[in-house]
Amino acid sequence: MSASVIAAPAVALPPSSSFFGRFCRNRTALVSAVILLIIVVVAIFAPYLAPHDPAKSSLRYIMKPPTLLHPLGTDDLGRDVLSRLIFASRLSLIASVQAVAIALAIGLPLGLISGYVRGWTDTIIMRLNDALMSFPALILAVVIVGMLGPSLTNAMTAIGLVYAPRIMRVVRGSTLSVREEVYITAARATGCSDARIIARHVLPNVTGPLVVQATVLMGQALLAEAGLSFLGLGVQPPQASWGAMLGTAFPYMADAPVPTIAAGTVISVTVLCFNLIGDGIRDSVGRMRRAGD
Amino acid sequence: MTEPCLKVSDLHVMYDLGSNGFGKRKRLHAVNGASFEIAAGETLGLVGESGSGKSTIGLSIMRLIEPWSGKVTLGGTDVTGVGRKDVRTLRRRMQMVFQDPYSSLNPSMTVEQLLEEPLIIHRDLPKAERSAMVGQMLESVGLHAGYAVRYPHEFSGGQRQRIAIARAMILHPELVVLDEPVSALDVSTQSQILNLLKAIQAGSGTAFLLVAHDLAVVRLMSPNVAVMYLGEIVEAGPSGRVYDAPAHPYTAALISAVPFPDPERQRTATRIILKGDLPSPLNPPSGCRFRTRCPFAMEICAKETPPAVPVEGGGTAACHLHAHGPKLAGRSLMPFIKERLAGG
Repeated sequence: MSASVIAAPAVALPPSSSFFGRFCRNRTALVSAVILLIIVVVAIFAPYLAPHDPAKSSLRYIMKPPTLLHPLGTDDLGRDVLSRLIFASRLSLIASVQAVAIALAIGLPLGLISGYVRGWTDTIIMRLNDALMSFPALILAVVIVGMLGPSLTNAMTAIGLVYAPRIMRVVRGSTLSVREEVYITAARATGCSDARIIARHVLPNVTGPLVVQATVLMGQALLAEAGLSFLGLGVQPPQASWGAMLGTAFPYMADAPVPTIAAGTVISVTVLCFNLIGDGIRDSVGRMRRAGD
Repeated sequence: MTEPCLKVSDLHVMYDLGSNGFGKRKRLHAVNGASFEIAAGETLGLVGESGSGKSTIGLSIMRLIEPWSGKVTLGGTDVTGVGRKDVRTLRRRMQMVFQDPYSSLNPSMTVEQLLEEPLIIHRDLPKAERSAMVGQMLESVGLHAGYAVRYPHEFSGGQRQRIAIARAMILHPELVVLDEPVSALDVSTQSQILNLLKAIQAGSGTAFLLVAHDLAVVRLMSPNVAVMYLGEIVEAGPSGRVYDAPAHPYTAALISAVPFPDPERQRTATRIILKGDLPSPLNPPSGCRFRTRCPFAMEICAKETPPAVPVEGGGTAACHLHAHGPKLAGRSLMPFIKERLAGG
């Protein structure tokens, strides 16, 4: 057989359109990503960026309105609100990451197993999942923190536990559809073990929805942390997270509204950013999957 | 005679449709006692309309669907008898190419990752050697070795099917099951892929089980053909004999349905038009499964399952016309059909 028979005709391959290219074309998501990046950078370089020591109180400056020296005013103990917000961003972000990491660590493997194995294993895991999901998330977290004792780590463990079923549902759903794909049968025909099929063929194809869900959960975890800290179940003084700051500033809102508004705004903006980025990723990933089909 | 590459004897495959709530399980008899052999380096074409069970045979030989009963041996090794773990090691010796190259390649893996996966699983080779083999394999299916870094969605259908063929061939298997390898492709691409498969077979001596519904594809590719109807092989034999002198009415009908490119010939051609639809395999007809649509059905056809009788020129046909009625005794059905059509 001559080489010309075997050779494939030269076909111009389309330029590979990357996930980042599509994401960046989505203005809202791009702006959100930039804002979030700024917040992260501020959190990392907090000691260099904060104008004052966040823990230093001054009796002369109690609940002062914004001035050049204190751009966002001072709180009820005379501490600089801006500096405290900058330092609090560290705790708030780490807490969210921690909660989502725990949710992923529990939800991802269970979701993969549940969706891939099906049968009784799936039924048992899913009924437990339903039971956990039937509780209101924050109430359940309050109960868990109540049992473990109030601390930021306990609060975020609780939130991670409460959010694990949401990750699991998304992963299971995607796994159920991916396992019916012909390339899974092809992998089995090649001789892949079940473990290899899950790790190499199922997992990469469920990451799209998973990343979206994880990003949205980051925002929700941040909000949950704020809620728990507002109630005094999260971070303990003298440390502060945004939620804790909101909690301490809130009673004095009539006299000094700026700290409450500032903390609330930072929380809202960050949560909004996470949600919009999640949407952006979902849209960009969706297009990639369509091109790949 | 040497050991055939693949030997299938009395293979039955059932699909479990679950119970109806009263403990009685419903089963679909997808393959009903299929037997055939493929010699090393040979191709057997398996034809039939959709729902005839031809793909199911391919999948159950690969143990991707568990056979109900029967025996499959690959070069003397029992495929049906081994446990699930050992099946994985057997897959080094038999591979599969699927119909739709758009869905049979994992979209999240590069061509290199797709092709080296069989090597990772079945052979212990250093990374550099694997890459070299992937490059060679790509070249031998007519693709540039540099395409290894690309993703499946960057390729056309024909190119993807080349990748799928490369994946199946990289372990040099004894048998490759080709499940409708070209029916998802453009006609212009089909011949390229078929020529590629022939060239690969000539070079590697791999046996092919070619599952297809396109009679022309099977005639081009395989010296032997088996025709399936409703889960049973109704006729088998050398392609030339089966096509030119069919001995089973279903085969004759199937072949008469292929249009001639010449309109003059088409006008005078003998056409056998089958009545009705394929019966439900959940409730197959008694006796001969083809009798409900057969223009020559006799009384005996409803009562007894026809045995496979040897046919002049090689192969077998499972039809009562050879032992009863006109007693054709293995001769071609065509003169009988012409006489009947002229008379009726």
